[in-house]
Amino acid sequence: MKRILFALLAYCSMAGAEERRSGLLDMRPEAQAMQRDDSMNPGMLWVLEGEALWGRKPSPSAQSCADCHGDAASSMRGVAARYPAFDQASGSAIDLAGRIIQCRETRQAGTPLARESQEVLALTSFVAHQSRGLPIAPPEDAGMRATREAGQRLYMTRMGQIDLSCAQCHDDHAGRRLAGSIIPQGHPTGYPIYRLEWQALGSLQRRLRGCMNGVRAEPFAYGSAEFIAIESYLMERARGMVLETPAIRP
Amino acid sequence: MRGARFLAGLMLAMAFPAMAAAQALQVTGDAVAQSLTGSAGDPERGRAIITDRQKGLCLLCHSGPFPEEPLQGNLAPGLEGAGSRWTEGQLRLRLMDNKRVNPESIMPAYHRIEGLNRVGSAWRDRPILNAAEIEDVLAFLMGLKAEKAP
Repeated sequence: MKRILFALLAYCSMAGAEERRSGLLDMRPEAQAMQRDDSMNPGMLWVLEGEALWGRKPSPSAQSCADCHGDAASSMRGVAARYPAFDQASGSAIDLAGRIIQCRETRQAGTPLARESQEVLALTSFVAHQSRGLPIAPPEDAGMRATREAGQRLYMTRMGQIDLSCAQCHDDHAGRRLAGSIIPQGHPTGYPIYRLEWQALGSLQRRLRGCMNGVRAEPFAYGSAEFIAIESYLMERARGMVLETPAIRP
Repeated sequence: MRGARFLAGLMLAMAFPAMAAAQALQVTGDAVAQSLTGSAGDPERGRAIITDRQKGLCLLCHSGPFPEEPLQGNLAPGLEGAGSRWTEGQLRLRLMDNKRVNPESIMPAYHRIEGLNRVGSAWRDRPILNAAEIEDVLAFLMGLKAEKAP
């Protein structure tokens, strides 16, 4: 029954594909121009730093990312469009930042990297940038289904003192104004994003924590199963939309 | 039923003596007729609460006659004329817990603490507005009368 419902939902979201809209289009023209011009897009600073890290050994005896994966322009092309993915080793879903952290720990014998650290953001944005212009294409494997369903349930759940679900704003009231700001549809097409409010690059999980704080809820932890589930659902919801990393957002 | 609610409210008040615990609802029809403080609120303070984006949060969703506030939301009906649309008792209930009137409402319950999910520690076990603040906001809104047609 659940499977049928989910398939139906996936079909409905596909059917509505023409109405889906990147948050890019909700920004004023100057901000859109900033994103579209790499020489003006501050997110490119993280991408360039990530490129440098890609080729650097974390310690003299360790391998660099490039030692195994080679040229990211070909080996990483399309990868970010397929994350979160099912991790056979742990038997659970893993997001792109989680995979980079895992790779550093298990294959590069490096000191563990922290979520939202400069290094993880730089590497994640560099890897995701290799998929810019490609359609979001979440994996079809059965292992991800339960995670997406859990994510969808969380997306629909009212939370916090303000008692709002993600869906109530980003599905039911997208395009309207919360105070002065247009509520976007909430498609994760450009993460990590350079957010003008942060004056920095940050992950989707940081953005989700911002919304949870906004409704006065206790935010989920970085890297938690809950966040990865929501992320998985949002990527499914945005299936076919084009990746923009590094995106600018207000 | 009313007695049970009152008792529950009393127990809450005892559990959080230092906090402004939400009062039990004394609902008649779709209204709470009695002032939560036993007296009328202050419309000036109510106006300040409504326009305070950390306190009342009203203008995130509603617009209203506040010319000095440029960024007003459009997720919900405007506040103009609120004092003509509702009786004071009806509006008091809608401020305290609008979901009792409309379960699908996106308006937070300003004076209810139970039945919420994952409330952040800084906000737990206290309502968004205390009893006096509800009365202040109510006093201001009841003064927003619809203009008569010319």
